[in-house]
Amino acid sequence: MSPRIIAVLIVIFAVLLLATGSIYTVHQTQQALVLQFGEPKSVISEPGLHFKVPFVQDVYYYDSRILDLDPQGQDMSLVDQRRINVDSFARYRIVDPLKFYQTVLTETAFRDRFGNILNGSVRDALGRTDLADVLGSKRQDVMHEITTAVSRRAEEFGIKVVEVRIGRTELTADTTQATYNRMRSDRMAEAADFRGRGQEQKSRIEADADRERTIIIAEAEKESQTLLGQGQADSRTILNTAQGKDAQFYTFFRAMEAYKGALGDGTTMVLSPNSEFFKYFNNMNAR
Amino acid sequence: MFYKQQGGGPWGGGGGGGGPWGSGGGGNNPWGGRDRSGGGNPPPDLEEMLRRGQDRLRRIMPGGFGSLKGVWLLAAVLLIFWGVSGFYRVQPDEQGVELLFGKYVKTTQPGLNYWFPAPVGEVIRPKVTQTNQVTVGFRGSGNNIREVPQESHILAGDQNIADIQFVVQWRIREAGNFLFNMRDPDQTVKVAAESALREVVGRNPLQAVMTNQRDLIAQQSRELLQSIMDGYNAGITILDLRIQKADPPKEVIDAFNDVQRAKQDEERLRNEALAYRNDIVPRAKGEAARMVQNATAEKEKLVKEAEGQAARFTAFYQTYVANKDITQRRMYLETMQEILSKSQKIIIDESGKGSGVVPYLPLPEIGKRITPPAPPGGAQ
Repeated sequence: MSPRIIAVLIVIFAVLLLATGSIYTVHQTQQALVLQFGEPKSVISEPGLHFKVPFVQDVYYYDSRILDLDPQGQDMSLVDQRRINVDSFARYRIVDPLKFYQTVLTETAFRDRFGNILNGSVRDALGRTDLADVLGSKRQDVMHEITTAVSRRAEEFGIKVVEVRIGRTELTADTTQATYNRMRSDRMAEAADFRGRGQEQKSRIEADADRERTIIIAEAEKESQTLLGQGQADSRTILNTAQGKDAQFYTFFRAMEAYKGALGDGTTMVLSPNSEFFKYFNNMNAR
Repeated sequence: MFYKQQGGGPWGGGGGGGGPWGSGGGGNNPWGGRDRSGGGNPPPDLEEMLRRGQDRLRRIMPGGFGSLKGVWLLAAVLLIFWGVSGFYRVQPDEQGVELLFGKYVKTTQPGLNYWFPAPVGEVIRPKVTQTNQVTVGFRGSGNNIREVPQESHILAGDQNIADIQFVVQWRIREAGNFLFNMRDPDQTVKVAAESALREVVGRNPLQAVMTNQRDLIAQQSRELLQSIMDGYNAGITILDLRIQKADPPKEVIDAFNDVQRAKQDEERLRNEALAYRNDIVPRAKGEAARMVQNATAEKEKLVKEAEGQAARFTAFYQTYVANKDITQRRMYLETMQEILSKSQKIIIDESGKGSGVVPYLPLPEIGKRITPPAPPGGAQ
């Protein structure tokens, strides 16, 4: 190897060393903080190729995207003394890398500190509401309130809170058991109500049917009696009409009928020969 | 002179392993450690290329590596290789997002494209037409489902607990926003979906959540989730939020099932009663009809009998009118004959006074039937 080639290689090495120390890129998803011996020099928010003074300046990269902060859920008491476990999350952006660098330096430290602030704000806001409100229409208001509260603290960290939302809102274990018991008893009451109403309807329908039957039979009885009465009346009218023509003859006629009917077989009769029937018994010419 | 040129060439940044790119991709990897881009273009294998280049040079110029001309030629060949490696293909389900030194430049459509190879350029190829799915309340699919109760137990508006499992499907709407606006979009979609659904469910009572409001709740949650995502400018379209299961929790489901059984019982009791009614009312109607028919028959019978009797009397009467005395006597005698022919008769002549005969009445005979001892007292 000729000395010339060695010289070339040395030059190349030197250039590379200089280049790595002075050129840096900021990705589309990043922003950068340039420090000179620890003293903040500039904030680079424009992605692309950038230059710095080699060996003197250092670059700290921070994410420029919306970041997630999902602290652990926490048990807390609502204003109605109910214990619930609330899990909230925040979405934020680092808008001032310098402040961020100065207050927390790393995202891990930020999560720790701001997570506490977030949980505290959630506790404050929920401590003034009851469960029905947290679940219902006031949820939005509560979330706004929390967002506003944490936003006040955001500036000192150099971040902007995009949104805070309440995630899971769960009853604590013992409350859950109580809720299950209540749900079960609610359902038992509902089931009993259905069965009771079934019995009620059954009794109603059956009694109604019984009444209907009784009335139908009574109506029929009434009609039958009316018909019978009419029949008897008609028959009497018919007989009266016929028999009224000669009352005396009818009496005789009817008496004859009655004798025939009343004095049946085997009747023992003690007769006198003087009776009308035996008129001719002793006297042929009786008159 | 030309050494310097060589050094400042396109390899200026890349040649030294610890170049600026290296620091960019260091501990704080912007992609969260995931290879979302589908790999980009692998940098050319330098060692391999160098070795091949040297072989070729040796073949062309026996002078060997030592000559300056050789180094120059080697650099040119490497440059060409590097340049050619900038061609890349965008699949039909992808878009190509081109960055120059980390800065977003433009988005390309499917097909063959060219962009500067690493380390100058970078191409990220997100799958924009692919539907991504997030499941809440369970993991897995088919028969291999594992339930996650802490996700699926949701408080309804009436403070009852519902067991809800749902699936969110989403797609990248805008690759630029998706890639550069939010870290970890998958996780964000999941937590936001949970939050949205819980918010909507919290406004409805359990019964409605399980039954008629279910579709509406899914729709409202989808809209809310979309608006959350739009608020983050996340470049995500929520295609669908489908509630797969909305039941009471396992712990109390027996009570809920019992309500269903109670409903059936109610139905059954009512049906039994209706059956009873359907049985007895027509029966009673039939019976009533029978009674009325019987009475009608009885009435007709009475009338007909009366008419018969009247007719008979009238017939007798007519003969009587024709000859009163004879008819009456004949009727009397006929009647007497008929009666007496059937009876036992004891005739006592009362005119024989003092005969001393005590009429003997056999008591058993009398006991048989009490008969008026009076003789038929004549016609009148």
